[in-house]
Amino acid sequence: MDVVSTRVRVLIRPKEGILDPQGKAVERVLPALGFQGVANVHVGRLVELDVNDVSQVGPMCEKLLANTLIEEYSILTPEAEETSPDVGPDAPRG
Amino acid sequence: MSRSEAVALGLTEGEYDGIVDRIGREPNQVELAMFSLMWSEHCAYKHSKKLLRTLPVEGPRLVLGPGENAGAVDVGDGWAVAFKVESHNHPSAVEPFQGAATGVGGILRDVFAIGARPIAVLDSLRFGEPTSERSRYLLDHAVAGIGHYGNSVGVANVGGEVYFEAPYEQNCLVNAMCVGLVERERLIRSAAAGVGNKLVLFGASTGRDGIGGASVLASAELGDADADKRPTVQIGDPFEEKKLLECSLELLDRGLLVALQDLGAAGLTSSSSEMASKGEVGLRIDVRQVPLREADMEPFEIMVSESQERMLCVCEPGRVDAVLEVCARWEVGGTVIGEITDTRRMEIFDGDERVGDIPVEALVDDCPLYDLEPAAPAAPLYDAPARTLEATAARDVLLGLLASPNVASRRPLFEQYDSVVGSRTVRRPEQADAAVLAMPNGGAIGISIDGNGRRVACDPYRGAVEAVLECAANLACAGAEPLGLTNCLNFGNPEKPHIAWQLTEAVRGLGDACRALDLPVVGGNVSLYNEGGEGPIYPTPVVGMVGELPDPLHAGRTGFAREGDAIAIAGPFAPALPGSELAKLRGEPLPDGLPETDVAAVRAAQAAIRDAVRGGRLSSAHDVAEGGLLTAVAESCLAGGLGAELELDVADEERVFGEGPGGFVVSAPEAALRELAERIPVTIIGTVRGESIRGPGLHASLDELRAAHGALAALFD
Amino acid sequence: MPHGGDRSVKFGVLQFPGSCDERDALLACAKVADAELLWHGDRDLKGADAIVVPGGFSYGDYLRAGAIARFSPVMESVIEFAHDGGLVLGICNGFQVLCEAGLLPGALLPNVERRFVCRQVDLEVVDAETAFTNRCAPGELLSIPAKHQTGRFYAPDLDPDLVVLRYATGHCFNGSQDEIAGVRNAAGNVFGLMPHPEHAVDPLTGSVDGLSIFSSMAHAGVAV
Repeated sequence: MDVVSTRVRVLIRPKEGILDPQGKAVERVLPALGFQGVANVHVGRLVELDVNDVSQVGPMCEKLLANTLIEEYSILTPEAEETSPDVGPDAPRG
Repeated sequence: MSRSEAVALGLTEGEYDGIVDRIGREPNQVELAMFSLMWSEHCAYKHSKKLLRTLPVEGPRLVLGPGENAGAVDVGDGWAVAFKVESHNHPSAVEPFQGAATGVGGILRDVFAIGARPIAVLDSLRFGEPTSERSRYLLDHAVAGIGHYGNSVGVANVGGEVYFEAPYEQNCLVNAMCVGLVERERLIRSAAAGVGNKLVLFGASTGRDGIGGASVLASAELGDADADKRPTVQIGDPFEEKKLLECSLELLDRGLLVALQDLGAAGLTSSSSEMASKGEVGLRIDVRQVPLREADMEPFEIMVSESQERMLCVCEPGRVDAVLEVCARWEVGGTVIGEITDTRRMEIFDGDERVGDIPVEALVDDCPLYDLEPAAPAAPLYDAPARTLEATAARDVLLGLLASPNVASRRPLFEQYDSVVGSRTVRRPEQADAAVLAMPNGGAIGISIDGNGRRVACDPYRGAVEAVLECAANLACAGAEPLGLTNCLNFGNPEKPHIAWQLTEAVRGLGDACRALDLPVVGGNVSLYNEGGEGPIYPTPVVGMVGELPDPLHAGRTGFAREGDAIAIAGPFAPALPGSELAKLRGEPLPDGLPETDVAAVRAAQAAIRDAVRGGRLSSAHDVAEGGLLTAVAESCLAGGLGAELELDVADEERVFGEGPGGFVVSAPEAALRELAERIPVTIIGTVRGESIRGPGLHASLDELRAAHGALAALFD
Repeated sequence: MPHGGDRSVKFGVLQFPGSCDERDALLACAKVADAELLWHGDRDLKGADAIVVPGGFSYGDYLRAGAIARFSPVMESVIEFAHDGGLVLGICNGFQVLCEAGLLPGALLPNVERRFVCRQVDLEVVDAETAFTNRCAPGELLSIPAKHQTGRFYAPDLDPDLVVLRYATGHCFNGSQDEIAGVRNAAGNVFGLMPHPEHAVDPLTGSVDGLSIFSSMAHAGVAV
């Protein structure tokens, strides 16, 4: 029996309000390199995985992939990326 | 394969013809790839080997000399200390974080490849002036890379040095030294032995990292196309290294191995053929057995890949299962990839197909060695440094020197390194002139690494002598007597006569200084072709030393320790301003030559200082180096948090800011200094007192000194 | 033995792939009691009366510091042991592991300055009544090395009674909430701190102030 696996991307970033020194450092450097008008830089992690059951990814995030005390995550499936890029990592945030 | 491909891989036409001669036919792709690496400057030392043979390599405490993965000296009660310094200059110039990180990884493997547990790392760095953005970028990332790797593996980084000079702008230097500890009887060699024994590759899988790295990266001058070389840079994984280290030491503990070797430059090609050469045997390797990270790799790519964190061992066939079991326990991949033969040939197979067949001797030993054609330069090689200091009042000059990038506190660098892991660190950075580590037999070792390239640029012979004396002086201040020396020779293109002259003179200086101190050279590394578009680097022989002191309780300190102690300048100190740090800050051209040093007198002074430190008679001892006497006094003030009242004629700039070997700033009760004066010249210059450095025409508070000395912090925002 | 040894108490020091300070922790424990290394893959705690989760970079700190080690077989036993009231000390990476395992409140974030910092710091004993500080005096300063890149303690809504050690003024380089250096769980049998007491147990290497943490545990272990 063939099992169809799906490519899923999990984007993990510091929760809003948590000081993100990496993001701050990048934000400081960009203008120095001549890139103006940059704000709200946050540095996170990308986890890519092929899964047979997309519904397991949420529990995976809760248990291992993210520490929900300090991090938030978004799960991107191919459909979601095509239809609604704004719910993902590119959404504006404070 | 043709001559033109050989030339593209870095071989000369003559070398290619030599290969054809030796194997009796044209080499195929696998063979040519292997030859191009083994006959590269990096592996074959073809422009330096003849010179290196002039260095002294014998000593009463020598355990392992040049030729093994690392050298070793006896520290008593069955214990040996292994050590070696190696460069990773070109990879660091291309990608400083990974270049520096994998430099540390490589030197750690060299040390545990002989069975020693790495216990300390030191680093020697050279960058352009920190006013340059590129230099700050290289510094920041190289330091982060060194810290990332060493901290993660859990080896204490206990010392090092860094200099900033314009000639390193295009070509930074990243040299790393590792020190390991081993019971003498546990030392293992790299010579393959026992026909029929198995060759096991263990550690990380093999990818396309650094393919051609040894030839392309390490033997060509850097041009503007550096960025294009990025894909061939090796990526380090310190976690894999940590497992590999523990796995290797457990394999040795269990007595499962006949031979062990790390994979460094030129990967499997160099490690396997050198094992075969030393053991006077042949090897049969099947590249299909090598675990790959990328499935479609060609046999030649597998043979030359520089993927990091890999080791090669030889074991008896009956022990293969046990070896693989230990690997599995440490979650380290292990695979039998070949066996020892009696053919004295490297036979490379891709499954059943023979894809390479080369006599071991041709590959390892037959690379032509070149004679240098040294000629002293007719005109100065280096521009005068940019003038950055206008001050003339002693106080302002002192503050300017303390804030100079070559003198300022290295705290912003060394605080990024774990200096305490292992519970052996008796003296951390800035506590003493040399790091001091406790040994399991109750004694201790002192370690230092030194090399002032500008002094060598002024005078390659005397500058190199000074580097050896400086390193030994640092040990003396800690109370340690040198047992052996490792060196890394960082120079420009040796095919140019004036570089050949620098190299020849510097090696002559190293050899003479080592003989004068009865010190064996236990091994080292050569890095040539260090040139950018604007010319060669300063000739930079970097010297690392390990010494012993009987009692760590009496390890010396840099800092003044007791109010009321007398301060003295001790030793045959004959300072001069030309070539000094102050001369540099004032933009003066490099002098053509340095004053001669009375090496025997300096040696005697080091012995006297060492004895006084060991006897607990000195409160502090600090070698006078960059910035001269007054800078050294200020450094002892800052290290101890105590001021100094001086009776010095600070208008005599040569005396207070001049440089030269043989001077020590010591503090102690006067009686102890009088005793010291029976052996060497001692002049009392003041008293430890207060919270400032003061004297006729001089006053600066400790806070002012500290602020100036903290100048490097600004480089790490 | 200055702090009073007790050979009837046995420490177990965990060893993960990537642990760096486990031998140092073992040496420190051995100064006050019996001590043995416990392999990450074994569930057997070998009769240990107290557990030390040491520093280092377990599993390379990949994913997140402590995140993977927390699921190792030995940690299953340690979690059970802790729930039964056993003494557990987490140092640096071990602190991160215990937070990830939910045995201690909060999480450790990257230092404010982002860089790894190795520095001798002074810690103020806030609570000298715990199983880990009963050999200290309230308000006493302990000089202990700290060395980490991910040591910024963060725990919203933390019960202030759980704070055991605080960085002395001017010594908190990582940006921890309220300059907290070490916290315990509500039951008082689990304690974690970022600085390394195991590197401060011998005057030769700079300080003996860390020894009181281990001797406190040995003392509490006897009492249990």
